Amino acid sequence: MQLFLPIAEVSVNAFLLVGIGGIVGFLSGLFGVGGGFLITPLLFFIGIPPAVAVATGANQVVASSISGVLAQLRRKAVDFRMGTVLLAGGMAGSAVGVWVFARLSAIGQVDLFVQLSYVLFLGFVGAMMLQESLRSMWRARKAGGVVVRRAHVHTWVHGMPLKMKFRASGLYISVIPPLLIGAFVGFLSAVMGVGGGFIMVPAMIYLLGMPTRVVIGTSLFQIIFTTAFTTVMHAVSSQTVDLLLAMLLILGGVVGAQFGARFGLRLRADQLRVLLALMVLAVCLRVAADLVLRPDELYSAIAGRLP
Amino acid sequence: MMRRLALIAALLAPPAAAESIVAGLSDSAVAITTDFAGSEIMVFGAVKREAPLRSDAPLRVIVTVEGPATPLTLRRKDHRYGIWMNTASVDLPAVPSFYALASSAPLDQALAPYEDARLGITLPRHLQDLGLMDGLAPDQAFQSALIRIRQGESRFQVKEGAIAFTEETLFRTDIALPAALVEGNYKVRIYLTRDGRVVDEVQRAIWVRKAGLERFLHRAAQDQPLLYGLAALLIAALAGWGASALFARLRW
Repeated sequence: MQLFLPIAEVSVNAFLLVGIGGIVGFLSGLFGVGGGFLITPLLFFIGIPPAVAVATGANQVVASSISGVLAQLRRKAVDFRMGTVLLAGGMAGSAVGVWVFARLSAIGQVDLFVQLSYVLFLGFVGAMMLQESLRSMWRARKAGGVVVRRAHVHTWVHGMPLKMKFRASGLYISVIPPLLIGAFVGFLSAVMGVGGGFIMVPAMIYLLGMPTRVVIGTSLFQIIFTTAFTTVMHAVSSQTVDLLLAMLLILGGVVGAQFGARFGLRLRADQLRVLLALMVLAVCLRVAADLVLRPDELYSAIAGRLP
Repeated sequence: MMRRLALIAALLAPPAAAESIVAGLSDSAVAITTDFAGSEIMVFGAVKREAPLRSDAPLRVIVTVEGPATPLTLRRKDHRYGIWMNTASVDLPAVPSFYALASSAPLDQALAPYEDARLGITLPRHLQDLGLMDGLAPDQAFQSALIRIRQGESRFQVKEGAIAFTEETLFRTDIALPAALVEGNYKVRIYLTRDGRVVDEVQRAIWVRKAGLERFLHRAAQDQPLLYGLAALLIAALAGWGASALFARLRW
C-alpha cells in the first residue's frame, strides 16, 4: 500500500515503514538503545529526505523508548536518580551540539562529520564491547558458568567529590562522571541525530560500573527526554517532523519494543552485549564503506524548501 | 510621422497566424491525497487553420510542463585523505522541481536553435534562461550532473517523438508526474512549429495541491509548529504507553 507523506513529500510503502519501525523497536527493547543510529540510515535508504528522517526518527524513538521503559519499570530496572543526573548533563551537551551542527551546516560538511562520528564512535564502542563480552563469556564457560563479580571495584571514579547514593544501581559515586558522560552523549546525539543509547549503555557499564540489569531501563529513561527535546526543536525550527511517517514507524516500533524487552529476558547479559556489539560494528562498517568506496554518483543535489 | 504611424499600425495588427493551437488538459488540478502515487496528465488539442494545409514543411508540436522552482544545493565529492568527501558545491536559488518535454519529432527537426535561444524550450537552454547556468558556467560537469540526477528521479524528462500528431491536426501526449511532487502551479506550454520556427504558442496551468489529511498535516506543521511538535510527542507517548499496557494485560 503506497502512502504519500505530507512533509517528506515522497510516496512510500506503508508496510515497509511499519516493518522498519518494528525491527528497530525490537532492538530498542532488547538492548536499551533508542535505535536512532539504525532508523535514520534506514530512512535515508528508502528515500526520505535527511532532515525529515532525523527529526521523524527522533519522534519514533520517543515512543519506543516509553514503551521500553514501562516494560523495564515492571522489572524495577530503572535508576531514576542516575537517569536524572545523566539527563542534566545531556541537556547541556545537546545545546552545545546544536550550535556546532549549525556551524558545520554553514560550511557544508555536516554529512562528513556525521559519517565520521558514526564510524569512530560505533567502531570504538563496538570493538570494546565485543572484546569485553567475549572475554567474560569465555571466562564464564571456564569457571563452570558462574562469574564471581566483586561488589566493589574501586576505580578513579570513586575518588571524586560530590558523592551521591544511587540505590537502584548499588553505587555510591561522585555525580561528576555521570554528568560528563551525559553531556558528551548529549553533544553527540545532537550532532549525529541519534538518542545516544549505544554510547550511553557501554559508558554506564564500563565507566560507572552500573549493573547491566538497570542499565537498559535507565538509558531508555534518559533517551525519552533527549529525543522529545530534539523532536520539538526540529518541529519548531525546520518543520521537518512528518506525523504520518512517525505514526507508521511508531505503530511498528511500540509493538517491536515489547517483543524485544520480552526476548531480552531469555538471553544472558553477556550474550546481549555480544549481539549489541556485533550490530554496532555492522552499522559502523556500512557507514565506513560509504566513505571509502568510490560512490556511483559523485554529485548530489539537495533541494531546499520554498520560503 | 508617416513612418511612426505605420509602425504603430504594424504593432497593432493581429499576427498573421494562419495556424493556431486549440488545447486542453485531462486534468487542470491534481490533488495530492494520502494514496497519491504519481499521476498522468494528458495534453491534447488540435490545430485550427484558416488556410489549407501547406505541403512544403510539416508542422511539429512541442509540449513542456514545468513545476514550481525550489532552491537547490549541488555538491561534488572528491577522494581526499583516503575517503570520499564533499569538496565543491554550488547553491542555485531556483531550480524547477519538474520539467518534462515531449515533441512530435526529433528536436533537431522540430525546433531551430535560434527559437530555442529565444524561448528557452530545451532543458539546458531553459535552465540557462533561469540564470542557473551562470553559477555553473566554469564547470560543465555540474550542469550535466544536475540534469542526470533529476532525470534519474523522473523529475526531468525529455521524450522526443512522444507526441502522437495525426494528419498535422490532432495531437495528444501523456506526461507522467512522479509521486514525489512539489505543490504549486505547473505551467504547460504548447508550441506549434514549422521548419523549426514557432508559429503559435499556448499556455495552460495545472494546479497541484495537497488535499484532505495531507493538507491538514502540512498546514498544521507550518502554522502551529510548537503545537504540532507537542502533538507528535503526545501521539508517541500514548502509543508507547498503550502498547506497554496492552502487552502487560496479555501476560504472555
